[in-house]
Amino acid sequence: MSCFERMEYIMKITVCIGSSCHLKGSRHVVEKLQALIAENNLSDKVELGGTFCTGNCQHGVCVTLDDKFFSLTPETTEEFFNTEVLAKA
Amino acid sequence: MRKFDTKVQHLKYKVLREVAKQAWNDTLFEHALDIPKMLIPGNQPTMRCCVYKERAILAERVKIAMGGDKTNPNVIEVIDIACDECPVSGYDVTELCRGCLAHRCEDVCKRGAITFDSQQKAHIDKSKCVECGQCAKVCPYSAITNHKRPCETACKIKAIKMGENQEASIDNDKCISCGACVYQCPFGAITDKSFILNVIDMIKKSENNQKYKVYAIVAPSISSQFTYAKLGQVISGIKELGFFTVIEAALGADMVAYAEAAELAEKGFLTSSCCPAFVDYIKKEFPELAQYVSHNLSPVATIAKYIKETHDNAKIVFIGPCTAKKAEVQLDTVRPYIDSAMTFEELQALFDSKDIDITTLPEDVLDNASYYGRIFARSGGLSDAVAQALKEQNITDFELKAVPCDGIEACKIALLKAKKKVLDGNFIEGMACIGGCIGGAGCLTHGEKNKAEVDKYGREALEKTITDAISVLK
Repeated sequence: MSCFERMEYIMKITVCIGSSCHLKGSRHVVEKLQALIAENNLSDKVELGGTFCTGNCQHGVCVTLDDKFFSLTPETTEEFFNTEVLAKA
Repeated sequence: MRKFDTKVQHLKYKVLREVAKQAWNDTLFEHALDIPKMLIPGNQPTMRCCVYKERAILAERVKIAMGGDKTNPNVIEVIDIACDECPVSGYDVTELCRGCLAHRCEDVCKRGAITFDSQQKAHIDKSKCVECGQCAKVCPYSAITNHKRPCETACKIKAIKMGENQEASIDNDKCISCGACVYQCPFGAITDKSFILNVIDMIKKSENNQKYKVYAIVAPSISSQFTYAKLGQVISGIKELGFFTVIEAALGADMVAYAEAAELAEKGFLTSSCCPAFVDYIKKEFPELAQYVSHNLSPVATIAKYIKETHDNAKIVFIGPCTAKKAEVQLDTVRPYIDSAMTFEELQALFDSKDIDITTLPEDVLDNASYYGRIFARSGGLSDAVAQALKEQNITDFELKAVPCDGIEACKIALLKAKKKVLDGNFIEGMACIGGCIGGAGCLTHGEKNKAEVDKYGREALEKTITDAISVLK
């Protein structure tokens, strides 16, 4: 999964859409990220994708940025975006 | 609570359970030959003329539970010694005929096939009879009965004939592996091959999903099955068996509906590609219409492809109501994505082979798909989903005229009309089983309430639209 081109750095955010994370609001996390990426004109720099269960259900909603793991809720999504995505983009 | 519709299913289940039990313990090859005697101890026959015949048939069932005859490409197989060679004489006058004066049978018979002997009793001239059944309907004594084999009656595409020794024989060039005969044969002489040994092997060799992960994809018709427990408990049970996680095939259905709507609008006429038996039927009986079959993979293959492409080391098992899926997963176009397929009957056998009582398990969750993906499980659902997908994609210059076909006979009529270009419609939704997938031969139970259960499960979906459900999957 980490086989993106290093030449032009594209940040890859993967949100778990497995059943457990889905119930914890992964859909809202996705929606917020989609909106934030659009607002900040980052659609060519950030790639957003879905994955199925990563085996960390108790820490859901499970999100990985490149290969780093984050445990988000819909409420903490914006903060994550500001500190982790905007700062590096 | 009743787990199965018939005792035939129960017998098949007992064999599958025992084979699975031995396989989990790595003792199958030592004990495979002992299984018939384990299941039928003692000397009193309960099913056939003697226990020896019962055991001989059971030995055949064990073989089929272990994958069946490798030289026969069909996933549906006849156990010739289990076939009771039912009479095939068609309509016959029985001793109940009282030789009445009215002769309604004679009047109604347009072929003049009814004659009377010196005692005024009716006889049917087989050379004239076309088996319309009118005489049987009008006889006030119900003296005329139809002797047709249940397997042949079940097989609406006429793929079953009599073999040399009067046993049922399947024409593989016609058979679409729908399993209708499997469910209808009262002696359980026709049955679907089982690949549970592959599944057990896959789970064991994954070493608790460390070496690779084994994903279960379940068909939405699961909502009408295992009614003695909660759906969440069934999901827990599947994980307890050793699957890494459980994903809804209905999410693949959402993806298919979205793509199929666009393909339909572009081409103007299409048939669905979800039901493997229906697609096989088109290829075999209507090859000239094969070009109109939607180019989308089936829902399970679509979601399986997505999983394989985005997850390293994934192995995928489909669990559903369908015997034809066992054939579909062997197709070159599907094989790379799905590693094995099994039925709900087989899932029940696997639960019990490991003594998993799902009613005692906590409720896990199954939640990926939208309402529309979930209702694919019943006839008409796919058409509704395609209509919705057209709307969501703002395709307004195309007017959908869906023809939902409930069962292979309805499919045949629609395809015949399409062939002659007189079909009033531009999208054929073909489902080989009556009622759609909820009528599948691999279901534990078939009931009136199943459709309502599927709709209820659909309404519980968090995602109300197809676009919402698939937004990160594109």
